[in-house]
Amino acid sequence: MASTTATEREGTSRGGGTLYRGDLGMWSWVAHRITGVLTFFFLFAHVIDTALVRVSPQTYDSVIEVYKNPVVNLMELGLVGAVLFHALNGIRIMLVDFWEKGPRFQRAMLWTTLAVWVVVMVPGAYFMLERTLSDLFGGK
Amino acid sequence: MTASTAEQTSSSGSKGSEPPVPEGAITVTVKIRRFNTEFDDEPRWDSFEIPALPSDRVLNLLHYVKWYLDGTLTFRRSCAHGICGSDAMRINGVNRLACKVLLKDLLSAGGKPTTITIEPIKGLPVHKDLLVDMEPFFEAFRAVQPYLINYSPEPTRERLQSAADRERFDDTTKCILCACCTTSCPVYWTDGSYFGPAAIVNAHRFIFDSRDEGAEERLDILSDKEGVWRCRTTFNCTDACPRGIQVTKAIQEVKRALLFKRV
Repeated sequence: MASTTATEREGTSRGGGTLYRGDLGMWSWVAHRITGVLTFFFLFAHVIDTALVRVSPQTYDSVIEVYKNPVVNLMELGLVGAVLFHALNGIRIMLVDFWEKGPRFQRAMLWTTLAVWVVVMVPGAYFMLERTLSDLFGGK
Repeated sequence: MTASTAEQTSSSGSKGSEPPVPEGAITVTVKIRRFNTEFDDEPRWDSFEIPALPSDRVLNLLHYVKWYLDGTLTFRRSCAHGICGSDAMRINGVNRLACKVLLKDLLSAGGKPTTITIEPIKGLPVHKDLLVDMEPFFEAFRAVQPYLINYSPEPTRERLQSAADRERFDDTTKCILCACCTTSCPVYWTDGSYFGPAAIVNAHRFIFDSRDEGAEERLDILSDKEGVWRCRTTFNCTDACPRGIQVTKAIQEVKRALLFKRV
């Protein structure tokens, strides 16, 4: 369409109003964006730290050593959660796109996505945080 | 007219004294996003206390404000029966037709005080208060060629069609061009040149019509960077449509027609 349309619509009713209380699909789209960006930033850091092994294995080892702390452990858990949601919701979006009945079952598929996410994340969180928790609070 | 009403009329431009409050009326607060582009730098919120019946529509509340409290309130409405599609606005955060929303569906649970927020639809320039410039919306509508295109010799009688062929695009014939769907779309708010759901719905109505021969051209238009591929399937449009059109489904059907070259 003509670019004039864009200028005409600029600075319109956007500012200051209330938040649009959209469909569940809108929030899943927001979450998809956020988890996507988070995963991208992880990959960015990951490529750098892995590339260090070419520079010197000792540097690489020391960087990996830095990662062994509770805060990074929590971030790892967040990463798994973000990637898992992004992957599951990605499948849902593909089904909405390519499966004839996808749009009709989009909400059911979103709830399924979230259910699978919880089912995987609860034991996942346990196994991922077990060591940190026992180190921190001196279990055993 | 009494002196006091005359004074009220001159100060606010409204018609006159307030009508008697009907039995069973509840007082609700209506919070309206006001913006007079000639005088105001910024939009502002105005609140009105209005006695209303649960069976009233939101449009009745707006009429009450305009007729008895503040005659400068500006909004569109024509038929007031959900047919013309003039009074699309954002009611409690979602796009609805003011003439189709009943107050009883907005009342707070347990008899707590109710506040109803009313804002103009998002993404179109505000002229005044709830009145927006619909031209960009109609421009996108016209761009998809929403009329019958047929190159065959004109038949002497009607162009016949089977019931099944008619059923194929039945859903998208219901559109009343109120802009509820288009202005509920996050992509439309931020991407100034996206066609928007309503234009795609009206393209769908002809693309899948067996009597029409312009599918190719319309699919070409919608295959554009700002066409159907901008859709992120947030389903806000489907939720907002006052006619119950499965808008996102229609957009997906156009996408698939483009991908698989099948109409």
